[in-house]
Amino acid sequence: MTAAPRITVRSLSLGYGGRPVVEHLDWNITPGSLTAIIGANGSGKSTLLRAVAGELRPLAGTIDGLDGIRTSYLPQDAGIDRSFPISVADFSAMGLWRKVGAFGRIGRHWSGETERALGLVGLSGASRRPIAALSGGEFQRVLFARLILEDADLILLDEPFAAVDRETTADLVGLVRQWAAEGRTVVVALHDLDQVRQHFPETLRLAARRGVQGATAQILSVLGPAPVPTVPATMLRGGAVA
Amino acid sequence: MHDLLIAPFADYAFMRKALIGAIAVALGAAPIGAFLILRRMSLTGDAIGHGILPGAAVGYLLAGLSLTAMTVGGLVAGMAVALGAAAVSRRTAQREDASLAAFTIISLAAGVMLVSLRGSNLDLLHFLFGSVLALPDDALVLLAGIATVTLVAFALLFRLFVADALDPSFLRRLAPRSGLVHYAFLALAVLNLIAGFHALGTLMAVGIMILPAAAARFWARSVGAVVVVAVAIAVASCVTGLLLAFHLDLQPSATMILCSGVAYVASLLVGREGSIATRRRLPSAVPA
Repeated sequence: MTAAPRITVRSLSLGYGGRPVVEHLDWNITPGSLTAIIGANGSGKSTLLRAVAGELRPLAGTIDGLDGIRTSYLPQDAGIDRSFPISVADFSAMGLWRKVGAFGRIGRHWSGETERALGLVGLSGASRRPIAALSGGEFQRVLFARLILEDADLILLDEPFAAVDRETTADLVGLVRQWAAEGRTVVVALHDLDQVRQHFPETLRLAARRGVQGATAQILSVLGPAPVPTVPATMLRGGAVA
Repeated sequence: MHDLLIAPFADYAFMRKALIGAIAVALGAAPIGAFLILRRMSLTGDAIGHGILPGAAVGYLLAGLSLTAMTVGGLVAGMAVALGAAAVSRRTAQREDASLAAFTIISLAAGVMLVSLRGSNLDLLHFLFGSVLALPDDALVLLAGIATVTLVAFALLFRLFVADALDPSFLRRLAPRSGLVHYAFLALAVLNLIAGFHALGTLMAVGIMILPAAAARFWARSVGAVVVVAVAIAVASCVTGLLLAFHLDLQPSATMILCSGVAYVASLLVGREGSIATRRRLPSAVPA
């Protein structure tokens, strides 16, 4: 890790084919903060994360503070072929790419680091299993092991708990909080408002192409008394999970 | 035994050359095929394989049965199809399988028409089924050279090839210039299909690339193992096919590909990984 970054978003407009999903967004991400992005389906949560990850060029506006820092990004659907013939350890070790590169040797030290990361996600002893043999929750744990090995300053996660069971969610939320405690900046798109309330001090709420940023309690209080949110789409999703 | 397995190669120079040429093609094509399958690009391989034909035919029209002219023509046309098919699926609403099928059949028709403008039916057969039993020395050097370049590239770039096949968007984020890896891979695929074209003909070249790799997928748990098993099956099919063709007087390239086909069918029936045999043993496949 290098110094934790301050990231400044100014008058950012994002969209596809010239049609904006997010417009004139101002957003400050303080170093070492733990932020949730909430909003209805289609409000631009994923779009915003993609833009910060550098995978989507803004229609207008700027995102400053990304130069020289390590960013890792976990899309909601990484599109990985789960039948690919590769072991859990070899898959996770992709996270070492910045350190080992295309040609460096993955020697004893890095194998040890990989084992350690798999232990942290609760998969010690699984390193030789093929990824095809994993359940959905176990595979999400492997993706988190890869994130650990990436050792990034800014970590962007898009609905990382959407398709995993309660126990896996609890373990992975623990890791997310651990990352923030280590001084990394973490931004997570979520639809479960109870999770947001419990674990995320900062919130950015996207609605009607605009964004509102603030302390989670404050942002959620605008939405109505806990635990029933008043925004219809989020109520549906949040209610289903709670 | 000696008469069956050794004598054909000991007694006939054309059989020795055919053996060298076929093994060279197998060594390069099988690893490429393994990655085409892992990337779910076997249809792309097919399209490129046929895409070579009109290019080689133009070379033939300009310079006759010249190795250089047909190779350069095939290289240009093969790369055009490789890049063109991807661009078409990116820029149109149609899915890639449709554009690949279109490219495949257009190339085949154009190639056959171009060759028949000038050539005899014998030349056409040479284009479609190769001439492994009449490989000239310069062709052997070309095939061996392509195999060497391919194996060296795989040794150097293996981790990049794996990462690019497994999670390309992840690799792009960590190594922005890694997009070049995809083009390097496509170029190697085109080169190997040209080698296959010279030895096995345009109709059979894709076979030695895809069939052994598809078979290997039923035996191996790691990418490295898939590549090794695919090469072993490809080489064994070439040797077996050549011997069968010699003793039984069969068309050699089709016989070699059929040997790979037998390996493929056997593998999908009884292989260790995801074959019909293993699926039957899984509880999920048991009717409720």
